[in-house]
Amino acid sequence: MAERKTKKETASTKDTTAAVTKQAPAKAAIGEQPQKAKEARVGVFICHCGTNIAGSMDINAVQDYAKTIPNVAYVDNYKYMCSMPGQAVIDKAIHENKLTGVVVAACSPRLHEPTFRTATKEGGLNPFKFEMANIREQNSWVHMHDQEGATDKAKDAVRIAVAKASLLEDLFPKSVPVEKAAMVVGAGIAGMQAALDLANAGIKTYLIEKTPTIGGRMSQLDKTFPTLDCSQCILTPKMVDVGRNENIELMTYSEVESVEGYIGNFDVTIRKKARGVLSVGEAEAMGIVGGGCNGCGDCEAVCPVVQPNTFEEGMKPRKAIYIQHPQVVPLLYTIDFESCIKCELCVKICGEKKAIELNKEDEFVKVKVGTAILATGYDIFPVENKTEWGYKRYENVITSLEFERLICASGPTGGHMVRPSDGVAPKRVAFLLCAGSRDNTGNGKPYCSRFCCMYSLKHAHQLIEKMPGVQPYIFYMDIRSFGKMYEEFYYRIQDEGAKFIRGRVSNILEDPGSKNLMVFADDTLLDRPMKLEVDLVVLAAAIQPAADTNRTRKLFGVSCSMDGWLLEAHPKLNPCGTTTAGVFLAGACQAPKDIPDTVASAEGAASAASIPIHVGHVELEPYFAVCIEEKCAGCGMCVNLCPYTALALIEKDGRKVMQVTEAKCKGCGTCGGFCPGGAIWMNHFATPQIIAQIDAFLLGGEQ
Amino acid sequence: MAGHEGPPKREEGAFKPKIIGILCNWCSYAGADLAGGGRIQYPPDVRVVRVMCTGRIDPLFIMKAFTDGADGVLISGCHFGDCHYLEGNYKAAKRLFLVKNLLKNIGLEDKRLRMTFVSASEGAKWGQVITDVVKTVEELGPSPLAELMK
Repeated sequence: MAERKTKKETASTKDTTAAVTKQAPAKAAIGEQPQKAKEARVGVFICHCGTNIAGSMDINAVQDYAKTIPNVAYVDNYKYMCSMPGQAVIDKAIHENKLTGVVVAACSPRLHEPTFRTATKEGGLNPFKFEMANIREQNSWVHMHDQEGATDKAKDAVRIAVAKASLLEDLFPKSVPVEKAAMVVGAGIAGMQAALDLANAGIKTYLIEKTPTIGGRMSQLDKTFPTLDCSQCILTPKMVDVGRNENIELMTYSEVESVEGYIGNFDVTIRKKARGVLSVGEAEAMGIVGGGCNGCGDCEAVCPVVQPNTFEEGMKPRKAIYIQHPQVVPLLYTIDFESCIKCELCVKICGEKKAIELNKEDEFVKVKVGTAILATGYDIFPVENKTEWGYKRYENVITSLEFERLICASGPTGGHMVRPSDGVAPKRVAFLLCAGSRDNTGNGKPYCSRFCCMYSLKHAHQLIEKMPGVQPYIFYMDIRSFGKMYEEFYYRIQDEGAKFIRGRVSNILEDPGSKNLMVFADDTLLDRPMKLEVDLVVLAAAIQPAADTNRTRKLFGVSCSMDGWLLEAHPKLNPCGTTTAGVFLAGACQAPKDIPDTVASAEGAASAASIPIHVGHVELEPYFAVCIEEKCAGCGMCVNLCPYTALALIEKDGRKVMQVTEAKCKGCGTCGGFCPGGAIWMNHFATPQIIAQIDAFLLGGEQ
Repeated sequence: MAGHEGPPKREEGAFKPKIIGILCNWCSYAGADLAGGGRIQYPPDVRVVRVMCTGRIDPLFIMKAFTDGADGVLISGCHFGDCHYLEGNYKAAKRLFLVKNLLKNIGLEDKRLRMTFVSASEGAKWGQVITDVVKTVEELGPSPLAELMK
């Protein structure tokens, strides 16, 4: 390595370009030796992190090496740099050694950069004169069996960080006001709870729901485990609260169309899908006295078009003009224009109320909000993909959600549990758990869907309670009864007489005459294959992110995990936050959650989303682009590259130069990476700083 | 192979490639952190420089690294469509094609420059990427440009 590190002088002087002006002394071009670095006095602080770092590398060797790096004025190490005494070491060293920059070699800047910036600030320096060398996540933890390799890498990491710290400049975060309004996307139980919390905290909240009613999945359920509360009974009061709350502006049958801006100032465009029906309020605004939809249902009675009702999982018909179920909020009919034949029978019967307009088009509404919560929920995994169980091939194989509707008093059969093939009550019912969950075949979901065990136990209980003599069989891998009173519920169902068979079902065959089903499985407790004839099979299908999740998350700039669930900022310490400041997650869009966990996460998200609004302003990281006007040729290439329209060409002193609108600039640096003249200075990620890092690694001194 | 046992030790005096990795803050840097949390073991040859977005990467950074003597350069960002800044990774990828052509024209194997897409949730993939990049550069041997610049 040594022979290649002797070229610092030649490499750094040969491609010197235009002279740097007085206005921008540190804004040097590639290869120039910036003046600043020569005066820099950098302190290096190496963290042991207990044995997390010290156990995999030679801290003393790194410390001794750090002393030899140019511009390093002080080196120290401490067992836990992030602790109060650790931070005090930095504070003291800055004062005693007149440091101009600080490097902490420890964990990831994504974890502790804010901590050490504060420590740097307390030492009297600008907090942005700090640079972190990641020697834990990207070193000691990933090279645990290679002490020499890890130590060498840590030395390089320190050298690279010192090179940058020598060139860092004072920066000042920009404080921007926060709009006193929030948005919640998705009005299932998570979105409703989040919206209610925000609204009750005095914040104007826009609640956006893509279907015609709020309530979400929970409104499709019959009972909830383990308390056996009627799902609608506990949900509908909340739905009514949402509908009545003065601070909540409910937008059903609406979708987010576009999002611009940043924390504190999101400009959101909402598409209000053409509903074809005017609410009472809308009718009044149009001067129709006593008009608008009052939910009487006369239109539905005359509508000749019949479609499957998706709320009832297709097991009940609905008309082209419909409400999904009797408890909808808002009580407002909706026309499905995909199937409407525009016969106008509904318009005639509606009469003087004039609520129906068949020629409506989608409308776009713009709102400004300070923070946003995504609560987009889940869909059922298409379990027909697991062909061995015959869903959609055999009539008497149903999903758990279909079971919920069939056993619900408001469902398609009025709560009479019958099997689809012949309408006869089943005597033997098999429940297949992990139907597509915990499945590594590539044709399912690798994760646990988390609430299927519990609702299947509840289903078994409902059968036993409602239909004496019915025998439920539960085919399971493990019963995961993790919540409060869940394990007790499991024991109760065992005592009630449900039969538990530990094993995955390999195949199901149908008797073409009786439509009974033969279930083949391996009983792993008795270690023998088995077959069982049943009347009905219920698949506890896996869940997956709701269909539009991907589109919605991209609008808000939120990442997702490998399995599509939205990615939290930190799985443990920031489960409601995302990497986009001001955007939060509630409920099952983040990962499978049962109702209590969903409500808890919604309240967490609402609390987090209300903080910037109550504080009233936020500080933005000052990583803006700055135009070095004396180098700018006014070509305008950068203007087209900027994804945020933050750049513009202006006339100045008789020539064109680029100008940055700081409030719009998010600091990505796409302009700075392209500018042919090197005329764009990216704060904190400036070209000379990055080049210094590259040089430090490849040309910097001996190890 | 990346894994919990760690990569096999190199023989004494064997070629140690000098590879620089320029990573975006939101996806690949976070993915690399996740690999750490998961204790995914991989070779220690890649040194990392963090930028906010791969769109920030000026082709000159890559050329500077090669003229400084890098044996390989790894650019890693978000998956297409997942860029924290909407489309920075597309722009980086476009520039990369240009630089690859340039490398070929000056007689340097374009395999020494690689762009990968590793999300914040792909720690294990990060281990694979590093293992793979190190293997590729090891097979290519020391950069002829580095030899020339001596």
